[in-house]
Amino acid sequence: MSPVLVPVPTCGGYGASVPIADPELVQRLREGDEQAFAEVVRAWSPAMLRVARAHVRTHATAEEVVQEAWLAVLRGLDGFAARASLRTWVFTILVNAARRRGRAEARHVVELGRPSVAPERFRGEDDEYPGHWRDEAAPVEWGPESEVLAAEFRGLLERALAELPDRQRAVVELRDVHGFAAEEVCALLDLTPANQRVLLHRARSRLRGLLEAVIA
Amino acid sequence: MSGPHDSGDRGDLHDAAVRLACVELVEILTDYLEGVLPARDAAVIEAHLALCPGCAAYLAQMRATVRVLGHVPVETLSPEATSTLLAAFRDRPAT
Ligand SMILES: [Zn+2]
Repeated sequence: MSPVLVPVPTCGGYGASVPIADPELVQRLREGDEQAFAEVVRAWSPAMLRVARAHVRTHATAEEVVQEAWLAVLRGLDGFAARASLRTWVFTILVNAARRRGRAEARHVVELGRPSVAPERFRGEDDEYPGHWRDEAAPVEWGPESEVLAAEFRGLLERALAELPDRQRAVVELRDVHGFAAEEVCALLDLTPANQRVLLHRARSRLRGLLEAVIA
Repeated sequence: MSGPHDSGDRGDLHDAAVRLACVELVEILTDYLEGVLPARDAAVIEAHLALCPGCAAYLAQMRATVRVLGHVPVETLSPEATSTLLAAFRDRPAT
């Protein structure tokens, strides 16, 4: 399966896209333009780390996998035929390296499903409207966008992401921080579309709950 | 588009929207946002959202959470790993 990769949106955290068109970028890398290389490493490594970390057990191993992938990119650069975009090619190399290392580590991931919202916030079976919000526990609007985007809440989510199970973290960061499409995330993390959605749902639900607890 | 069945269909949709429990809605919201639900289920969710301020606020909170995520700083390679790569780049044979 060849992942169809779209450019990373520039608004997303530090996961910025590279503002150079592909043929020129490849040319500059082949010519040894160190600044161009530093730029792609800076722009793509965070998402690469996240993908690698979903396949292997430790951050240190993930970093090794990313380094290994970049070195393989350097070795293969002259043979790169531009049938895919440079980014697709780089991420394909990365995923192959991560899978190899992941199999060697033989991980077993068990993730327990938890309700998205604490059950006591809903009316009981004996109520006229079972399963509907209790009046005093219903969610309320959060107020102006500018306040929600405050550094305080970004910091809170940054810390909360680090606490998520690895695959949840990988899915939600690739989707919502780096702006990858669902199909790309499935290909990069070896997930079925349904599992990708389950992981995204658990991660987003948990993060929403944490924000709600401090905003309300 | 109006006809004898029209108000009946709307009535069914309204009933389904009222019957849909909020506790269920919060579990299928991502499927709704991802656009993978059958059209009828999506219509029931939309009808529920229109008459349930709690779920409407919940959806707004979920969307706001995704927007905040778009501004979260992310972990990157360590400075050591980055300099190793830049050194490897400098050392690669010229083409
Ligand atoms: Zn509701």
